[in-house]
Amino acid sequence: MLSLRSISKKLGTFEMSDISFDIAPGQYCMLLGPSGVGKTVLIETIAGLITPDSGSILWEQKDITQAASEKRNFAVVYQDYCLFPHLSVADNIGYGPKTGGADKKTIQTKLRSIAQTLGITELLDRKPSTLSGGQQQRTALARALICEPKLLLLDEPLAALDTKTRLDLRKQLKQLAKDLNIGVLHVTHDPLEAIALGDVIVVMIDSKIKQIATPRELFRTPSDSQVADFLGMDNVFKADFAGDGLVKVGAIDVYASAAGDATCNIWIKPEEILLSSKPFDSSARNQFETCVVSVEHKDPLIAVKLGIGDFELTAFVTYGSFEHLQIEKGSAVYATFKSSAVHCF
Amino acid sequence: MLLEKQKISWFHASLTLLGSLVLLFIVAPLISMFLATPAEDIGSAAADPEVLSSIALTFKAAFFATIVSALAGVPLAYLLARKCFPGRSLVLAIIDLPVIIPHSAAGIALFGLIGRNSLLGRFFDNGLVGTTAGISIAMAFVSIPFLINSARNAFLSVDPRLENVARTLGASPVRVFFTISLPLALRGIVSGMILMWARGISEFGAVVIIAYHPMTTPVMVFQRFNDFGLKYARSVAVLLIVICVALFVALRLFSCRLKQQGDANA
Repeated sequence: MLSLRSISKKLGTFEMSDISFDIAPGQYCMLLGPSGVGKTVLIETIAGLITPDSGSILWEQKDITQAASEKRNFAVVYQDYCLFPHLSVADNIGYGPKTGGADKKTIQTKLRSIAQTLGITELLDRKPSTLSGGQQQRTALARALICEPKLLLLDEPLAALDTKTRLDLRKQLKQLAKDLNIGVLHVTHDPLEAIALGDVIVVMIDSKIKQIATPRELFRTPSDSQVADFLGMDNVFKADFAGDGLVKVGAIDVYASAAGDATCNIWIKPEEILLSSKPFDSSARNQFETCVVSVEHKDPLIAVKLGIGDFELTAFVTYGSFEHLQIEKGSAVYATFKSSAVHCF
Repeated sequence: MLLEKQKISWFHASLTLLGSLVLLFIVAPLISMFLATPAEDIGSAAADPEVLSSIALTFKAAFFATIVSALAGVPLAYLLARKCFPGRSLVLAIIDLPVIIPHSAAGIALFGLIGRNSLLGRFFDNGLVGTTAGISIAMAFVSIPFLINSARNAFLSVDPRLENVARTLGASPVRVFFTISLPLALRGIVSGMILMWARGISEFGAVVIIAYHPMTTPVMVFQRFNDFGLKYARSVAVLLIVICVALFVALRLFSCRLKQQGDANA
C-alpha cells in the first residue's frame, strides 16, 4: 500500500500543498483534475524524481521519501511515451531487466510474453520512430510492466491517442491491472476516463485534493460546487438495468452500450445530444420527444434544458443551430443520442 | 501582387550578393595562395622531413588535447546541462574566457601553470615549456570552450524525462548517463571534438609562447616567413591546409553518418 502524508512542493510559480491519500494493493486509482494543477509533479514525486519540500511517502508503512528512484520499483508511463529513440522496441522493453542484471534467456522469455500480452510481437525489431502512437504507448507499457513494478504511475497515458485506440487501450489497461493485481495511479483530465477505469477517484483542483471517492459517490455527492462544475454534472441519472442493452430511468427506456449491475448511474454528456425539430431515422438508438424547459447562454454554447417525463436533460447547441431550430421555451424538439453516448458506472 | 513579388526577389538578390561577397572573402585568399604556389614547391615541402614531423607533431598534440579534454569536459557539460547550482552562470562565463582573451596573453598566463617551478611544471626537470605536453596544454586551453559548449547543447537536447524513465526502470544515475544520455548526445559531442581538434591544430599565439621548439606547423609557417620570406612559408601553409581540409571532409562525412543513424533512430 502506498500512503502519501501531507506532501507539499513549490516549483517556481507552481505550488501543491497538503496532498494525502492512499492507494491500496491492486487498486486502480484515478487522479482527476484540470490541466496544470500539478498532477505530473505529484507522479514524479511519488516516483522519487522530485523530492517534496515536506510530507512523507510511505510504502507498506515504511518511509521512502528519501529513497532513490531506482530503488522504489514504481514504473512511470508518460503521455508522449518517452521511448528511448536509439534503442529498438525489444531493447526498450528489455532495458529494465537488463539493468537489473537478468540473464539473456530470462529477458527473452519475459519479453516475448509481455509483447504477446500487449500485441506488439511483430514490432520488436523496429525503432520507436517508426511506430504509431498506440504502438508506442503499448511499448512504453510493456517496458514498465516487464519490471513487475510494485506500483504503476500513468501520466495521461491515453490523452495523445485517437478515439478507437484510446478505448481499446483503456479496456486493456483495466484488465492488465486486474490480472497483475498491481496498484495503479492514473492521471487524467477526462471525467469519462476516470469513471470508466477508477476503483477510486482523487479529484485535484487548484493543486489541492478536493475529494476522494468511488465514481458513484463522487457523482452522488460532489464535495463542493467546484468539483461539480469540473465534472459537468448535467445528465447523471440513477438507472435500473433492464437487460438487453436497456436501462430504465424511471419509466423511460434508454439504450446503453454496456450495462453491468442491477442498479447503476448513467451519464449522457450534453455535447453528445443532437436536437431536431422532427423525428428522423438513424443509427442512434435513443430518440425522445421533449419540451424545452429553459434556455441558458453558456458562451460559446447554449444549454437547452429539456423535459422528458419527470426528468430534465441538458443539451449543448451552438448559436447557429439554436437560431436555425428556432428553439424557445415551451417548444417541442426531438433529442437523439447514440447508445454509446450513455456511460454507465 | 506583382510589386510584392518584385520586392521579395530584390531582397533575395541582395541577400545572395552579400552572401557571395562573404564567401569570396573566405575563399579568394586561399585560392590565390594555391595559384601562387607551384606544385613542385608543395612537393618539396611534402618531402621535407622537418615539415612532415612538424605536421605530425601538430596533429598529435591537438589530438591528445582533445581526448583528455573530452574525458574531463563532457561530464562538466552534462552537469551544466542538467543541474542548477549557485554560481552556474559564473562557470559558464569562465568556460568562454579562453575565446575572448588574446591567445598570446593566454600563453603567458600558462607559464604560471607549466613553467619551471610552477604548479604543474615543478614535477618536471625544466617545466613543461618546450615539450609536446606543453603544446597540448596550450592548445587545450584555447580550444576547450568549443568542446564543452557543443557537448552541453547536445545534452540539453536530450529530453530529461527519458532519463527519468530509465531511473524508474532501476538504472542508477551513472548507468543512465552511459546508456541513455551519452549515446543520445554522442553526435553533438563528436562534432564538438572535431571543432576542438581543428581549433587546436590552427593555434599559433599561445603555442608559440609555450614552445617555439618543437615546432608546430603554424609556428613553422611563421618562422619560415620571418627567416626566408613569403615563398618558403607559402608551400608549408598550402600543404597544411590541404591535409587539414582532407581530414575534416572525412570527419564531416563520419559525423554525417552518425547523424543519419541518429535520424533513423529518432
